[in-house]
Amino acid sequence: MSALETLLLVLAIFGVLTGLSVIVLSLIWLERKFLGRMQMRMGPMHVGPFGLLQPVADAVKLMAKEDLLSSLVDRVVYWVAPLAVFVPTFMIWVTIPVARDLVIRNLDMGLFYIIAFSVLSIVGLVTAGWASSNKYAVLGGFRAAAQLVSYEIPLILAVLGVAMLAQSMNLEEVVNSQSTVVYALVQPLGLVIFFIAGLAELGRTPFDIHPAESEVVGGPFVEYSGAHWAVFFLAEYINTFAIAALTVLLFLGGWLFPGISGDVSALGVLVFLVKTYLVILVVFWIRGTYPRLRIDQLMSLGWKVLVPLALVNVVITASYMFYGWSAWSLSLMSLAILGAAIWGLSKRMRTAPTPEYTVKLYVPAPEASNAG
Amino acid sequence: MSLIHFQVLSAALFSIGVYGVLARRSAVMVLLALELMLNAVNVNLIAFAAYGEQVQATGQVIAIFVITVAAAEVGLAMAIILRLFRDRASVDVDEVDLMKW
Amino acid sequence: MLPLDIAFWVMAAVGVATALAVVMEKDIFRAALFLVVSFLVVAGIFVLLNAEFLAMVQVLVYVGAISILIIFAIMLTRNAHEGNPFNSFQLPALVLSTMMLAAIAFVAVNTEWHDWDQLGLQVLPGDSGEVFSATEQGIKNVFGNTTQVIARLLMRDFVLPMEAASVVLLAAVIGALALVRENEGEA
Repeated sequence: MSALETLLLVLAIFGVLTGLSVIVLSLIWLERKFLGRMQMRMGPMHVGPFGLLQPVADAVKLMAKEDLLSSLVDRVVYWVAPLAVFVPTFMIWVTIPVARDLVIRNLDMGLFYIIAFSVLSIVGLVTAGWASSNKYAVLGGFRAAAQLVSYEIPLILAVLGVAMLAQSMNLEEVVNSQSTVVYALVQPLGLVIFFIAGLAELGRTPFDIHPAESEVVGGPFVEYSGAHWAVFFLAEYINTFAIAALTVLLFLGGWLFPGISGDVSALGVLVFLVKTYLVILVVFWIRGTYPRLRIDQLMSLGWKVLVPLALVNVVITASYMFYGWSAWSLSLMSLAILGAAIWGLSKRMRTAPTPEYTVKLYVPAPEASNAG
Repeated sequence: MSLIHFQVLSAALFSIGVYGVLARRSAVMVLLALELMLNAVNVNLIAFAAYGEQVQATGQVIAIFVITVAAAEVGLAMAIILRLFRDRASVDVDEVDLMKW
Repeated sequence: MLPLDIAFWVMAAVGVATALAVVMEKDIFRAALFLVVSFLVVAGIFVLLNAEFLAMVQVLVYVGAISILIIFAIMLTRNAHEGNPFNSFQLPALVLSTMMLAAIAFVAVNTEWHDWDQLGLQVLPGDSGEVFSATEQGIKNVFGNTTQVIARLLMRDFVLPMEAASVVLLAAVIGALALVRENEGEA
């Protein structure tokens, strides 16, 4: 690698980091404004025009805050945890293209790389929960691990459907193969599974089980304050943007739009950003609309509904490719299964009685006698 | 960098794993050391795939099977450890000397 | 030294150091975190060995699933990280593992390995009839698109083991559920 290439790589990495920071600031503003309007409020108004500088003020406030530290924490582990959450969320941007040829490294195994590295942040969340030596944080860590590992499976299976259709795991080729029809139309079932599982991976409403304020008062982040808490916050918003960007790239045609030539990079970036922000608005909309799921509902939705549906999605995609059916038949099958699933779920939700809960407190057995 | 380097590296990882399995008391620590050993095996397999007499990816496929079995093994081992902890309030392998109680 | 050599030595050193930390560390949670680092380093070594696909599998399965399971086990067996973590076999275990390392290293160094670069041109039958030569081009053909080569091997030559592996996984899932399930009436 020549010096020039290295310099370009470093510049590209800094560019992505700066771009992501700006995007996160815009997302925070957008979320507060959008939620405010949905709740008939104005949202932030005072700092800057339309409250545009509010996130900047928030960031300054967070940085200036005192970093509180409980005397019981395991310090090294405690400081490593935010990094372990943040680094993977940044690393996946190495291979996410924002327009044709506008990517740091176009990996042939891009999709697999993204999935593998996004899993890493779970370790950080669990570590944060454990190192805080706070029972709410530990509970939050448990919840995060259980939820994220469960929803990883439907997410991967939904991505697998797209990789099969595109016959590639290279994100640029996945987008190029959507030049005639976007995969959202071919595989609506896959899109819905990916989006729901993606929301769960983000831990956003209605899947915010692990930071649930009213149950575990912020989960793994309870003890964190100031700049370290800000790192978790940053990672969460970068993840939101990443999931939205992946939805756009995998199912909505990325930077392609009828009538707009993708050869001009600036136009491609514009199309990509508009699509991504629209998907993000849907995420915010869902946050403003739905209450949080109970943890048992969350697990049963993941294991009893999404995983089987995702498997069915893979099977119908495979048979479509093996028997060479026409694309609209796959799309019809996908829609029919999606409809049946929604109908069955809503019917079950209306008729199923609320389960009775018995809380089982776990008490460790008394010390086993050594008498043999 | 040649085959020997990777083999000695893999042997070192494996021996460290053996030490951990033999010398630690906690069942969880034994599990951790076991994972180190499986990892060392994978390094060896993949080194042979890359430097072996024949240029082929069979070693990588075998490594995939090793990883699969490792995943199954950890799932089961964790279940056994949890059961042990529930019944005996201890995960010390030295104390698990009764088949029935 | 080539950059790849430097990468190898750095990763080997970090890998061995973290592995040692795993077996030496008193605090089990920290040991598990060192194990995660060691898994990541091994993934890096896989990349050095042209096995990018395996590196990703390593990160996904070992770091993403196995280490989470282990951390789960640690958190659920809370008092497990206290007390004496070593048993009475410490010294014999040390001697045995050192001897093992010495034996394997001795054999590895003293064996005449036929590295592909020493053999020169050699023609090998690939699966599905292609012929790979053991030259740079052959390496490129096999390892340039590992995913496809592995997929072909898995789906053609190793179909039966693959199906058996899926049965093993299913059996492990059922077995684990049966083990941790609370019996009715008990508890």
